[in-house]
Amino acid sequence: MSANGTPLLDVRHISKFFGSVIALKDVSMFCRAGEVTCLLGDNGAGKSTLIKTLSGVHRPDEGEYVFDGRAREFTSPREALDLGIATVYQDLAMIPLLSIWRNFFLGSEPTKGFWPFRRYDVKFAKETARQELSKMGIDIRDPDQPVGTLSGGERQSVAIARAVYFGARVLILDEPTAALGVKQAGVVLRYIVQAKQRGVGVIFITHNPHHAYPVGDHFVILRRGQVFGDFPKSEIGLDRLVQMMAGGEELENLAHELERAVGKSEASEELVRAAQALEAEAGGLTERESPGPRPPATEAPPSAEVPADPPGTGAARPGPDD
Amino acid sequence: MATTAVPPVSAPADERVRRKSLGARLLSRPEIGALIALVLVWVFFAIVAHQHNFISWATTASVLNTAAPLGIIAVAVALLMIAGEFDLSVGSIIGFAGMSIMLLVTPSIGGGFGWPLVPALIVSLVLSLLIGAFNGTVVLATKLPSFIVTLGTLFVFRGLTIAITRLKTSRTQLGGLDQISGFSIARKLFGSNLTLFGSQFSVAILWWLVLTIIATWILLRTRAGNWIFGTGGAVDAARNVGVPTRRVKVALFMTTAFAAWLVAVIEAVQFTGADVLRGENQEFQAIIAAVVGGCLLTGGYGSAIGASLGALIFALVQQGIVVTGVDADWFQVFIGGILLGAVMFNNFIRRRAALR
Repeated sequence: MSANGTPLLDVRHISKFFGSVIALKDVSMFCRAGEVTCLLGDNGAGKSTLIKTLSGVHRPDEGEYVFDGRAREFTSPREALDLGIATVYQDLAMIPLLSIWRNFFLGSEPTKGFWPFRRYDVKFAKETARQELSKMGIDIRDPDQPVGTLSGGERQSVAIARAVYFGARVLILDEPTAALGVKQAGVVLRYIVQAKQRGVGVIFITHNPHHAYPVGDHFVILRRGQVFGDFPKSEIGLDRLVQMMAGGEELENLAHELERAVGKSEASEELVRAAQALEAEAGGLTERESPGPRPPATEAPPSAEVPADPPGTGAARPGPDD
Repeated sequence: MATTAVPPVSAPADERVRRKSLGARLLSRPEIGALIALVLVWVFFAIVAHQHNFISWATTASVLNTAAPLGIIAVAVALLMIAGEFDLSVGSIIGFAGMSIMLLVTPSIGGGFGWPLVPALIVSLVLSLLIGAFNGTVVLATKLPSFIVTLGTLFVFRGLTIAITRLKTSRTQLGGLDQISGFSIARKLFGSNLTLFGSQFSVAILWWLVLTIIATWILLRTRAGNWIFGTGGAVDAARNVGVPTRRVKVALFMTTAFAAWLVAVIEAVQFTGADVLRGENQEFQAIIAAVVGGCLLTGGYGSAIGASLGALIFALVQQGIVVTGVDADWFQVFIGGILLGAVMFNNFIRRRAALR
């Protein structure tokens, strides 16, 4: 974990509206070079909108986008890309029928010679593609192989290697592990760490805390278009992350639903308790939510533990009054 | 182990690349199906029609002369198809371009404009390119499938050609191009024949050859080629990495229009005139040639050489049937069968190549 320095990419109080829909409200997050920022959120939390805002597809309606110490306003993803903000989309990263080396350089082909004889420097492209991929630890058999013959994890990995090669300083990965099996997801996680070690700031979007936790340096949790919390790894365990991802209210609702369905049980009471603990903590955290370098969140107030003690008292809800 | 740096690549990696045999390499080319089909069709006619002098320079010349105009169109159509779009209006553009030349050069007594040939050629070229750009722009602006858009313009341009020609000259055929100043140059460029082995080879074959070579070079060895494959393969992914997909598509619609103009000029010079119906059905023949040549209908895959081979197969069947003396009614049956066979074969090969 390098640089406790200034964030490379820093968005402050960003809001985005689509007609009457508030897709993002007052969202702040940052990403430092050589760190992995995990952006977690369930479906509909606003992840996609936030990614598209970060990558220059959307312009925020409110708030500030700071990159490399300067406020930016992008009118196209190309502008963001030129500054080194590269985005790898989940299923739109590669062209299956095209060979690996052609994919690798698509859109930024190396050329040699003069017009009208300017041509694609095929030899350089093949060589470089293979070298860059093996630098990331990706072992390809043949750069002429169509990308469609690679596995999903390998495809994502090639896309990551490509972004790194083309000078990505911030790499935004949109659910790179979502459609992958356990082993394949592991492959991608490895390359995320590789990219981080090469000094790239990685923003890793996922709804799977089990994928996020091993590679992340800090975890931004998005819920209903708002930042629910931003936790450094030192302050949060995997189990807590999982809990928070699911969301307190939802857990509580689920518990009640289960109760109605199968009657009061130990499991449902457990769930209610967990939900309440979470709610209490959420109150404490959102209070502390502030721009700039986050205060080293002195772990949730002891009140968070309180409701866990009296079992079964579903109504007693400790409010966030401190 | 996940985080340790990986040793740099060295020579062994190089060797593994060469492990792929020549056979596998050939099989992974899109045009291999067309090449095999070509050989099969040729052998078939060589056997069936051997007493009709099928294996002769005269037959070869007539096959190539028939294939050339179709090949020119098919190569352009293949490029567009690789980029993921169709142009069904090429046939109409042939009619339009030919007729626009004739209208411009026909003396005012005959209802024309009385221009010399060279400016007429240039103006009809510009008009054809504009039509191509129009096709492309409408497809992009409406986001409708190009199949539908150009199916519409197929009729629009044909209808316009017929209507305007009839309105101006009250005829549907115009001749007398050889009386126009500038014809001798045009004849050298577009209408001359080379006598080889006692047979007449049309200069159109050279145009076809040159276009195929240029198209292949563009596809495989230039940025534009990479963009064409990318645009057809996955348009959003290509756009995400900075490929100007809209520009690629419009340029390729203009390329098919250019090819149509070239064929119109070649035919107008050859026949010293034009007919409003010229080029009818050429759009389907060109698509057949491109598909037989290994182009995927869904885009992203194909070859210009394949399309040329497809045109050659088409001409071979056409001439083979003529030479054999079989009733020409069977021609369509034959062509349709070859199309289906070639497509199935291509699919089979592609799956093999992918699994290799």
